[in-house]
Amino acid sequence: MEKFTSHTGVGVPLKRSNVDTDQIIPAVYLKRVTRTGFEDGLFAAWRNDPDFVLNNPVYAGGSVLVAGPDFGTGSSREHAVWALQNYGFKVVLSARFADIFRGNSGKAGLVAAQVDEKVIQALWDYLEDNPGGTITVDLEAKTVSTPDGEVQDSFDIDDYTRWRLLEGLDDIGITLGHDADIAAYESTRPSWKPVTQHA
Amino acid sequence: MGKTLAEKVWDEHVVRSNPGEPDLLYIDLHLIHEVTSPQAFDGLRLANRKVRRPDLTLATEDHNVPTLDWDKPIADPVSKTQVDTLRKNAADFGVRLHPLGDVEQGIVHVVGPQLGLTQPGMTIVCGDSHTSTHGAFGAIAFGIGTSEVEHVLATQTLMQAKPKTMAVTVNGSLPPGVTSKDLVLTLIAHTGTGGGQGYIVEYRGQAIEELSMEGRMTVCNMSIEWGAKAGLIAPDQTTFDYIEGKPEAPKGADWDAAVAHWKTLVTDDDAEFDKEIVLDASTMTPFVTWGTNPGQGVPLGATVPSPDDFDEPNDKIATEKALEYMGLEAGTPMRDIKVDTVFVGSCTNGRIEDLRLAAEIIEGHKVADGTRLLVVPGSVRVRNQAIEEGLDKIFIEAGAEWRGAGCSMCLGMNPDQLAPQERSASTSNRNFEGRQGKGGRTHLVSIPVAAATAVRGTLSSPADL
Ligand code: SF4
Repeated sequence: MEKFTSHTGVGVPLKRSNVDTDQIIPAVYLKRVTRTGFEDGLFAAWRNDPDFVLNNPVYAGGSVLVAGPDFGTGSSREHAVWALQNYGFKVVLSARFADIFRGNSGKAGLVAAQVDEKVIQALWDYLEDNPGGTITVDLEAKTVSTPDGEVQDSFDIDDYTRWRLLEGLDDIGITLGHDADIAAYESTRPSWKPVTQHA
Repeated sequence: MGKTLAEKVWDEHVVRSNPGEPDLLYIDLHLIHEVTSPQAFDGLRLANRKVRRPDLTLATEDHNVPTLDWDKPIADPVSKTQVDTLRKNAADFGVRLHPLGDVEQGIVHVVGPQLGLTQPGMTIVCGDSHTSTHGAFGAIAFGIGTSEVEHVLATQTLMQAKPKTMAVTVNGSLPPGVTSKDLVLTLIAHTGTGGGQGYIVEYRGQAIEELSMEGRMTVCNMSIEWGAKAGLIAPDQTTFDYIEGKPEAPKGADWDAAVAHWKTLVTDDDAEFDKEIVLDASTMTPFVTWGTNPGQGVPLGATVPSPDDFDEPNDKIATEKALEYMGLEAGTPMRDIKVDTVFVGSCTNGRIEDLRLAAEIIEGHKVADGTRLLVVPGSVRVRNQAIEEGLDKIFIEAGAEWRGAGCSMCLGMNPDQLAPQERSASTSNRNFEGRQGKGGRTHLVSIPVAAATAVRGTLSSPADL
């Protein structure tokens, strides 16, 4: 995983609440067996609408999504995170994220930064006045800001996820380092616990 | 201070705990299906890793599979690729797989419990948000993403921050004809889709204790629809009776040891929850959704709400958008809404008890003209059991389509899909835009409402027949 310290990119306002993962990427796009190429399914239904924000050339190359509350609810599909990343998003800002989506983001290296609802509104106002404007998300300092200084606020992300993102660490590698602990735990499991295969 | 049920199960599975880090949690059972696993197995291959405990892993094919002609090759090439990929991965990594055509094939959350693999006090995960279903047995069960699937495959553990705990106490008894589905839809409308976020929820109280295992699974299944990390119910005699004799249930002395332990899995009297919600079951009625998330529901006897009924601007906009998508006018009685397709099935309501109840209501009636009824058993075993009991004949005589096992119309990923603007009454768990097919309009309903709706062609309850 690549290290993430700070990112400055074009902000994209997504003025909707409760954006569930079926909207982020509908089920019909989940059929690939690779981790790439999901950008074509990103917000597929909404992209049919010529007025949808991603169809506005001003936001081409957008990488910081500024979304309404309860982003990423519903299905656990990690493809939602990959679709956002494949499209080019590095950061999603929202006042509230669904748990699984937040977890998936941290694992895959997408920064899901939780900010106050007022900050989202301020960023939307900023993007309304400055379409195509950039937003800076500094993971080291846990801040989000606009170049004109209109918005300058902190965001929430749990310390552990932040550390892993800053270091670009892969979870499996970390856990395999604790192999002795896992083996010790396994030796204490009751024998009546079910197994799927019998010797 | 005592512990809650969730805390007990959690603490029993901590491999490693360090302040400031998530706990490393041991996973007792890892369920796998074809959609969320290919990239995980790919990751293992790339890093030259193996599956640590194939004997704690089980795979089944459910999301993509057709419910007609399941003995023929899968027609859709991409679906076929995913299923073939699962078969190859299971063979390469030594994972037990129940493929299409196998008697144990079915929806992953139906298969685990019916095999007896789902037991109290376990940690169970799957790359599927409705893994919460297994919480009905007093297990901590939750959905994970594909990176986590890979993590569990490689290490049989997960890194997880300990969630907060919440109690949902449902006092009183459900009135006759009101089911656990109505209970959970009422709860979600009460809390909103984000109300459970960050919590493991324990459902308790008289109404919960009175539910069958199937009914409990329906409630726990929909925990995720109000944002909860997991939902669980303390195991009791109902739970033990359900598990006893299942193929993978403990036997002999193991059974006694297991039950002795399971009986300790209750919330201590002096334990404290971080939050508590109390509901009264005796006032509940058949409950249906009108909108595009599971929280947008009303009693069947009510009318379609208006954006003006809400104070929050976000709710007003959401309502406006939902009504437009659903093609509904505010003020229309829910009972006047005409339905094109009724779907009975899914991991929420596709078990044998659900099919029995549907058949009981439909028997002697015909499916309304201009309405179709799809009955899709959750697993091949459920299907076989239904046939043994003659339920298939009741459905077919009424004019229903009697299908093979799978997720089917619960999600628009296999051939069973709604056409644009087609309206369904569905016993599944999600009414998101396009969930059952692009442009499709979904009303979430209970089994009795689904059956009665099929007969009348408009949203109905058995009392209307
Ligand atoms: S039946 Fe529906 S909710 Fe359940 S596992 Fe299948 S697709 Fe998911």
